[in-house]
Amino acid sequence: MLKRTDYLTKNYGRPDGHTLQAYEANGGYRPVRRVLTMAREAVIEEAKKAHIRGRGGAGFDCGTKWSFMPKPNGKPHYLVINADEGEPGTFKDRTIMEQNPHAILEGCMIGCYAIGAHTCYIYVRDELHLSKERLWGAIREARSKGYLGNTPFGNNYPIDIYVHTGAGAYICGEETALLNSLEGRRGEPRLKPPFPAQAGAFGFPTTVNNVETVAIMPTAFALGGDAFSRLSDLHAFNDGGTRLFGVSGHVKRPGIYECAVGLTLRELIYDLGGGILNDRPLMGVIPGGSSCPVHLADEIVNVPNNPKFEPYNGKPFLDLPLGVDTFRTVGSMLGTCCAIVLSDAADPVLAMQNLMRFYKHESCGQCTPCREGCGWLERLFDKVVAGTATMQEVDQVSEIASNITGNTICAFGDGAAQPALSFIRKYRKNFEDYVENRGRSQTGKLHP
Amino acid sequence: MAFVLSEAHERELADILARYPNKMAACIPALHLCQNANDNWVSPEVIQFVSERLELPAAHVQGVVTFYTLFNQHRPGKHQVWVCRTLSCALRGSDAILDHCQRRLGVGIGQTTADGKFTLRTAECLASCGTAPMMQVDKTYYENLTPEKVDEILAGLSRD
Repeated sequence: MLKRTDYLTKNYGRPDGHTLQAYEANGGYRPVRRVLTMAREAVIEEAKKAHIRGRGGAGFDCGTKWSFMPKPNGKPHYLVINADEGEPGTFKDRTIMEQNPHAILEGCMIGCYAIGAHTCYIYVRDELHLSKERLWGAIREARSKGYLGNTPFGNNYPIDIYVHTGAGAYICGEETALLNSLEGRRGEPRLKPPFPAQAGAFGFPTTVNNVETVAIMPTAFALGGDAFSRLSDLHAFNDGGTRLFGVSGHVKRPGIYECAVGLTLRELIYDLGGGILNDRPLMGVIPGGSSCPVHLADEIVNVPNNPKFEPYNGKPFLDLPLGVDTFRTVGSMLGTCCAIVLSDAADPVLAMQNLMRFYKHESCGQCTPCREGCGWLERLFDKVVAGTATMQEVDQVSEIASNITGNTICAFGDGAAQPALSFIRKYRKNFEDYVENRGRSQTGKLHP
Repeated sequence: MAFVLSEAHERELADILARYPNKMAACIPALHLCQNANDNWVSPEVIQFVSERLELPAAHVQGVVTFYTLFNQHRPGKHQVWVCRTLSCALRGSDAILDHCQRRLGVGIGQTTADGKFTLRTAECLASCGTAPMMQVDKTYYENLTPEKVDEILAGLSRD
């Protein structure tokens, strides 16, 4: 169901909406004042009740992740915020950094306290210069009012927040690559275990959270964790509260929209997104960034014998609420919750070629299946488009992609393989047409 | 000739170092600082400077420089024009914008204009999908592009 909210976005669009004054006028920095007087365990319990699923793409419960940190015992703990927004189709975190940076800072303060950290690094991709500027500005404002520093709000719990920049590498959005990058190394992912909570930044216990995940924490504490979670239609799926939904591609109103969890793709595309450009039919939708499977307009949910899915079973996939577990159960993925929409004016073969070039460019190169597999698939799709591929090579796509999945240090490999696997499965005929017609396709383009 | 930082930049470097528990962590911010002060590229002298200042092997710094897209190992033009090419932008006509830039500037992707003013490059997703097609020139995003807007932007930059 479509329920617009404005907990994060209330001040969006206002020229001074990002200032401390505007943030406090809306009740900002009251939740953290309460948190800093609570016991650490109570803060984590409250966070768990909110059922905030990680908003970076993995959907791991935030309160639970915070509880993995060891009890402070002399070693420094770190909170690191993943603001390396780079998943194709995704542009939501940037809006928070630019237009509501204090929500991020307050969330970081709550997070630091919950995990026993006194230092927080916000790792922002370098290209987002305005985001960095706004975050530093907010940090200066907060420091000058005594909200950050040695005695935040008069409490004896020092907290410092710094902005750290990347240097152009999508893989640094992977949490262990991000940590390596923060440490001043090449952004290559690490094997897990050990997990960051055991050995993270500089070898010390660390929690990595997405920007949006921490930014909504103050709201969760303002309303109370349980009350926040119940705003969601998927509270019973432990998928609580409100979030930012994105839509781009062939829609009339691309953008970021804040709603209660429970929104469906149909509502996102046709209500919020204004419908398809030129009112053309929907050909495909990628629900949450390019590492998710692509879906056809007429897919039906098939989850029998599951009481929680009873309202959705047998109904269109477009009417399934966008949630971490609802999508995982049907074999899809919510990812970043920013949908990419393709009308029938887009050629799916060209779309696949476009994405493969991205993954080949961004592979860090450590793991042979990913490094070689991405390169192979890129060359293969180029041949398909050029009209020089064979049907046997089209058959090979699934095999090559399947050899990447599960055989890599990090999930990038799975993310790179997923589009290839689902595009070849859902649009098989289009690929075969290219081979049979030596490259001449139906539409031959991506832009209507 | 060795690379040196101005006094103001040295103070910035000191600020940067104070944020981290060790010197290696300052590697990327230090490289950005030095690149910005060196006509937007990381020369061998810059690598030498960062390596000495941060007490890191030059090979380590070189490894970092070669990993990340935004560290230029060759001197670019005065302005770097990055046109986003990934799917959401492509769905809204980034190909046509890229073609237009190539024709207008008279260079191919990765090349610099003869007068040294512009280097044209493609970028992967710049987190601006709702305002596509778009490009980043130096530190500024230009969104909702049309060929006419591109002409305006490039003309304005050409003048300075």
